[in-house]
Amino acid sequence: MSRATAASLVRGGAFAAAGIAFPFVVHAAWIVNIGVLTLMYATLATAWNLFSGYTGYISLGQVAFFGLGAYTLGISFEHFGIGSGYNPLFALPVVGAGVALASLPVAWIALRTRHMTFAIVTLTLLFVVQQLAFNLHSLTHGSSGLMLPTPTFDIASYDRPFYLAMLALLLAALGLCWIVLRSKLGLMLLAIREDEEKARGLGVRVTGAKLVAWWLSIAITAMAGGVWAYYLTFIYPESAVDPLVMIGAVLMTFLGGRGTLWGPAIGAFVLVPAQQYLLTRLGASELYLVGYSAVFMVVLLVLPRGILPSLRDAIERTRERRRTHGKRITRREAAA
Amino acid sequence: MHNVIQAVILGVLIGGVYALMASGLTLVFGIMKVINVAQGALVILAAYLSYALFTHLHVDPFLSILVVTPAMFVLGVLVQVVFVRTLRGPDASELSLLVTWALALGIEGVLSVIFKTTFRATNPSYANRSWDVLGYQVSEVRVLAFCASAVLLLLLSVLLTRTRFGRSVRATVQNPTAAALLGVDERRVSTIGFGIGVSMAAAAGAVYGVLYPFNPGSHYDLISRLLSIVVLGGLGSLGGAVVAALLMGVTEAVVAVEISPTWAAFSFFVVLLVVLLVRPQGIFGLRERTL
Repeated sequence: MSRATAASLVRGGAFAAAGIAFPFVVHAAWIVNIGVLTLMYATLATAWNLFSGYTGYISLGQVAFFGLGAYTLGISFEHFGIGSGYNPLFALPVVGAGVALASLPVAWIALRTRHMTFAIVTLTLLFVVQQLAFNLHSLTHGSSGLMLPTPTFDIASYDRPFYLAMLALLLAALGLCWIVLRSKLGLMLLAIREDEEKARGLGVRVTGAKLVAWWLSIAITAMAGGVWAYYLTFIYPESAVDPLVMIGAVLMTFLGGRGTLWGPAIGAFVLVPAQQYLLTRLGASELYLVGYSAVFMVVLLVLPRGILPSLRDAIERTRERRRTHGKRITRREAAA
Repeated sequence: MHNVIQAVILGVLIGGVYALMASGLTLVFGIMKVINVAQGALVILAAYLSYALFTHLHVDPFLSILVVTPAMFVLGVLVQVVFVRTLRGPDASELSLLVTWALALGIEGVLSVIFKTTFRATNPSYANRSWDVLGYQVSEVRVLAFCASAVLLLLLSVLLTRTRFGRSVRATVQNPTAAALLGVDERRVSTIGFGIGVSMAAAAGAVYGVLYPFNPGSHYDLISRLLSIVVLGGLGSLGGAVVAALLMGVTEAVVAVEISPTWAAFSFFVVLLVVLLVRPQGIFGLRERTL
């Protein structure tokens, strides 16, 4: 095992340990609640990054599949009886894999178009799924919303199972990204981001690579939707497919750093607690919207590359300065 | 058959207004490869401005176009200078998508603070009158709205084909580098072009307020339609946007009477996906080479 591999494993292990310990140390329900939301956004942002960050194709419709995951889990409660307590959480991988599989034909059509058109087509997907949730009344109960059975967890630590489920998803997402980044697939995605035509010319199977990344990204997104639905126990079309959730995940990825491993999660850890604070302080959702868009603007205009890449550059620059500084001294010593 | 023809008439009348909104979107994309996601929010903003003029000063909504449009032109120029021009680098197009989305959220937020989220509608005295033409009901405001849109689209096309400025716009659309080399001031073209794109949203917004009830959140519905229209027509193609808008209006109206109103909005997305399957560049779009 190389030193870099060991270092990233240690980093991941420490993060996992701290994450698992958190809800057992902190008992206040409202803090654990913020924790669940933070982990959810971190997962969504990491999953978004897995496709859009690595391929350079900006998808604005991932949240459509978050909603599909939420509805799939909710509907299976009514029609299949997937148990209570922890059991529904174990059904999630099936939900995620299924939703992602079902999304492939649409993704294939969308990926035939180029960057800007792709972004727009995925954005319309968001409205398509929302419309479906409204219209397929017999399945989703339309605008009156879908009620899920109340989970049978201890009231004192009610949020904890959801927290742990979201944490597991985040760790899975980070692990996947880590593996992808070090694999041949990661290299293919990078080649696509840099110059797709050239990559195709060199024999990279661009469509296949993009679809694999898309599938992984959607599977995680849909699972997060399932956990979220089970946590809230009540979903309706506007909440399950919320453009604000989408833009939130994108914003966090941009803040942390697109195309990096930890960036999206870091962005979520900075923004979600701040967002929840704004929400409780400003209360009225109107002012909240204004604040949110202002933060977004500032991030995009001031720090478009994100925290991690900017930080890396800064460290690189100080190192460089130190090195040249050191050289100058030796030269002077040599002259003396 | 009677119902279908009635629906087609309605669809064409509605499609004309959407064509006006989409023309601004596709023009801006053609010039600077920027998708203005805030176009829908700007339409709603204009609808509120016209609504406010109507309720407080009793200005006719169609006359208010003359006030709202220049005001929003200035706003568009400001937006371009402050938010869009500052984006640079290879990702500028994608970043602009997100910046304008943030702008849309900002507009939605400000409008909700001022006007709350209850639905409004501009109701002039003639709002519910209609003509009877050969047995078909034709609503007066819809005809007026269609005519206003057609006139403005005509003015836009005259501007683009008959003036010096229009020539530099078209040159920039075709090849920005060559245009710049031949002395076209790209910054000026982009700024004024963005302003014109927003004015189209403004004019359409004043009309929209008469046709439909609206609230600050209505821009999501609008932008999803407008984006579908410009992609279907082919990004950057003005004629394509007009054809696609009419196609959308007619498809929705016919599906609404023949199948079910709940599936009307959905039907157009199906059309969009089918067209993209066959022609990824849209009906009149050129293949994107690099980008």
